[in-house]
Amino acid sequence: MTHVLSLLVEDKPGLLTRVAGLFARRGFNIESLAVGASEIPGLSRITVVVDVEELPLEQVTKQLNKLVNVIKIVELDPVQTVEREHMLIKVRVDNTTRSQILEAATLFRARIVDVATDALVIEVTGDTAKVEALLRVLEPYGIKEIAQSGLLAIGRGSKSITERVFKN
Amino acid sequence: MSTETFPLPAAPTKKVAEPEILTGSGAILRSLENLGVTDVFGLPGGAIMPFYDELMSSTGIRHILVRHEQGAGHAAEGYASSTGRLGVCIATSGPGATNLVTAIADAYMDSVPMLAITGQVFSTLMGTDAFQEVDIVGITMPITKHSFLVTRPEDIPATIAAAYQIAMTGRPGPVLVDVTKDCQQNKAPFIWPPKVDLPGYRPVQKAHGKQIQAAAQLLAESKRPVFYVGGGVIRAKASAELLELAELVGAPVVTTLMARGAFPDSNPLNLGMPGMHGTVPAVLSLQEADLLISLCARFDDRVTGKPSEFAPNAKVVHVDIDPAEISKIRFADVPIVGDAKEVIADFTLAYREAIKTTPSDLTEWWQRLNLLRAQYPLGYDEPEDGLLSPQYVIQRIGQLTGPEAIYASGVGQHQMWAAQYIKYERPNSWLNSGGAGTMGYGVPAAMGAKVAEPDRTVWAIDGDGCFQMTNQELATCTINKIPIKVAIINNSSLGMVRQWQTLFYDGRHSFTDLNTGHDTVMIPDFVKMADAYGALGIRVRKKEDVDAAILLANETNDRPVVIDFIVSPHSMVWPMVPQGVGNSNVQYAKDHAPSWDED
Repeated sequence: MTHVLSLLVEDKPGLLTRVAGLFARRGFNIESLAVGASEIPGLSRITVVVDVEELPLEQVTKQLNKLVNVIKIVELDPVQTVEREHMLIKVRVDNTTRSQILEAATLFRARIVDVATDALVIEVTGDTAKVEALLRVLEPYGIKEIAQSGLLAIGRGSKSITERVFKN
Repeated sequence: MSTETFPLPAAPTKKVAEPEILTGSGAILRSLENLGVTDVFGLPGGAIMPFYDELMSSTGIRHILVRHEQGAGHAAEGYASSTGRLGVCIATSGPGATNLVTAIADAYMDSVPMLAITGQVFSTLMGTDAFQEVDIVGITMPITKHSFLVTRPEDIPATIAAAYQIAMTGRPGPVLVDVTKDCQQNKAPFIWPPKVDLPGYRPVQKAHGKQIQAAAQLLAESKRPVFYVGGGVIRAKASAELLELAELVGAPVVTTLMARGAFPDSNPLNLGMPGMHGTVPAVLSLQEADLLISLCARFDDRVTGKPSEFAPNAKVVHVDIDPAEISKIRFADVPIVGDAKEVIADFTLAYREAIKTTPSDLTEWWQRLNLLRAQYPLGYDEPEDGLLSPQYVIQRIGQLTGPEAIYASGVGQHQMWAAQYIKYERPNSWLNSGGAGTMGYGVPAAMGAKVAEPDRTVWAIDGDGCFQMTNQELATCTINKIPIKVAIINNSSLGMVRQWQTLFYDGRHSFTDLNTGHDTVMIPDFVKMADAYGALGIRVRKKEDVDAAILLANETNDRPVVIDFIVSPHSMVWPMVPQGVGNSNVQYAKDHAPSWDED
């Protein structure tokens, strides 16, 4: 079963190695990983998607919690979470297919970010299902290259995972 | 926020208005002194020379120059394990640092508070494959509790203080601090106490009261409880609390390999060591229990055997300071995360309350256990080849030296016999490499323990294989006047591997003969070797000479002593649970399984 973990971590050298190494060492596969700054200077947020059962997940969470630079871990409940992926797709075009592809992009609220005579780069943001659906639509035209971000996720409502950490 | 829970000792020197300007090296030294470190083990090299230059003029810290960095690491472990204080080892960059790796891994597996300080090449050279450059922080990430790379001298005090705090609190463990040579040379104001900022490090201390009450209730209701005691009880300094609780309950206690000494062997509640080479009563008590009170034990595979068949009818109360240990191997019905010293004291109070309404009666349980004890006492047969019995030698060392001494062992048959046949009465008296199983731990660990506890007799119970891995530290011992005693249980082979070959590989003894013992070329000659190192060397072949040699060793304190006990290579460690099967298959001796009631 897939779980989305959100980690609040200190932005220290080697931090990513510590986190990724722990997953590898304990035998867990990372399906997707996204790292970036958080709203607090010096702290980063890592979103990890893992495919494990409930008990091993508890073990990996506890082991991650032992890393000195990891401040907090929450498992995000999919119902209460906004999830987004970001993808850049380079698709082959010619004079006959260009308008069809532009139409598809519009339908998916994707944007064209680069134009060449025989290719377009399309930028799309959405949940995993939407991004995959667009890919399926574009596939017949010839996808030359894709670049994809890890899953980003944030809880719905006004609560923040950093709030409780720094209250005291 | 962490500084509030862990106050750093103030600098003993008088406060001056302007902070003193120190080199990074001077700051390391001053920080160690301020933290109360008095002894360190190490060996210099290029990238750590600025620090060694400062160290030379230190009056507060004794540095012991080892002959191999692994020796420094194990000495720091022995120092820490015999006292609960921080063990410190120092090495240069590159191979110096990698030579510490085995000892660091060992300290990680056995939760030993250790600080490893390594020199690193100039920060400007890092990443260029410079001379003696290795990424030691990267190499040791999986085997340290935490690690730091320091490149600026102003960061030294806070880093050393943080390393101390991490190593010593919560579940103890090794911390590595890698310091670049330019950081050691450059200067900065030395500010103490520094601000230690570890927002992600908050070890749990106090457990939930409700969980403790639930556990106490289970214990009061239990008909067949067992205290399954692990090495964490020693690290938590909770032996007195354990004794009070166990005597109040009157339940049996088993002490794992790491916990030998956590509970007195002379106490009638103690059934001995559980696990692969545990006593039959200890192994079967766990198998037949209806409740395990696991105190800082981690359900290691050498204790549980096949986990699905371990203690099949028992509920589990699991006390540990590390939440990740709870339900890692075996589901805990009542998990209790907290410091054992406090938890056990609270547990005792809660149990007193619980038995007011639920009086406990363990008479039947003890009838069963006493029967097992009578039927299957720990024992050994004299070797058929007429050579000296290794068990006898080890037993006599324990009997003639007593429980106030410290016993360090290597890894293998002699380690198991030392765990079985020496009677431990106090925590920190038994040092060994339990989790990692590091051959060669014995001599340097004994050396470290003798430095920490100079008034105690310290024995290294070693094997002929183990001894050959780290015996160079005898030079360190002789020159620095650290008079340890080494008993080489010389069965001329890698004995435990040989035992498995005998039992599980049709007696094919593939590359386990070391030719050090009876009827061999005896290379090396351990007595000559002792002599070469300036130690007293004694060879014992006959039973009637054993006592005199041990007594002479105990009286000799002007130099180390090495006794080469030429023992039978055919002696085996019993009882034994073969690997990969359930513990109910424990064999008392070869092809001799105990019978027990299935209910």
